[in-house]
Amino acid sequence: MTKIDSVFWAYTLGWAVFFGFYLTLAKRSKDLRAEVERLKKAREK
Amino acid sequence: MGKRALLGAAAVALLVAAAYAAFFVAPTERTMGDLQRIFYFHASCAWAGLDAFAVCFIANLLYVWKRQGRYDWLGVSAAEVGLAFTTVVLITGPIWAKPAWGIYWTWDARLTSTFVLWLLYVCYLLLRTLVDESGRRALLSALFGIFAFIDVPIVFGAIRWWRTQHPAPVIMGGANSGLDPVMRKVFFFSVLATHVFMAFLIAERYALEKIRGEVEELREEAEAA
Repeated sequence: MTKIDSVFWAYTLGWAVFFGFYLTLAKRSKDLRAEVERLKKAREK
Repeated sequence: MGKRALLGAAAVALLVAAAYAAFFVAPTERTMGDLQRIFYFHASCAWAGLDAFAVCFIANLLYVWKRQGRYDWLGVSAAEVGLAFTTVVLITGPIWAKPAWGIYWTWDARLTSTFVLWLLYVCYLLLRTLVDESGRRALLSALFGIFAFIDVPIVFGAIRWWRTQHPAPVIMGGANSGLDPVMRKVFFFSVLATHVFMAFLIAERYALEKIRGEVEELREEAEAA
């Protein structure tokens, strides 16, 4: 691996980790919102 | 636009500017050449990770003292974000090390204490999945979080107290350390950018934990009815 390859991979993989983390946050948030709606509807019945 | 969206937009703008500065403003280092440009990303992520764990530690102490759920939410949010930053540190470090040292990893004091820190906060998050009752889960994880934080000053001090394979500190490293003035400005700008990003991620994670609290309340209500 050349020095430029290392710089490229360090930045790319680093940002991939943050992007993946942010995606899991968005997914978990969406699932929990759906669960809140479901529980609220069940309470109203 | 909400406060969190504004913070996110500011974080992205600062991070793009920090990357530009690391590649096009900072001078090329004499010995390592372009490889040294990893330092701006790696070291600023390390700094942000340690500060996220410090936020977690303060939140844990406040939870033990006041027993308010919001401190538990802040603690777990900061722990998860700190873990994301430390994961990046443990990935970018070895990528730098291979061309610089000829090896990806060595069990020196800084690298080992950072890996132990990562493991401790993985355990912190795992512990939370093992306890169902919310008050007990919050207290146990707060106590574990306080214990886990002991490793943070060890990580900080490792390259100051012991001779390590890891490079000596260039910031707060004593009389013989330091950075070229332009490199120093670029580095502190990167630190600012990663800290704004850290604050944004903690705010996002905290919002998630708030919804989880709502779900737990609704479930308890449904069970009681």
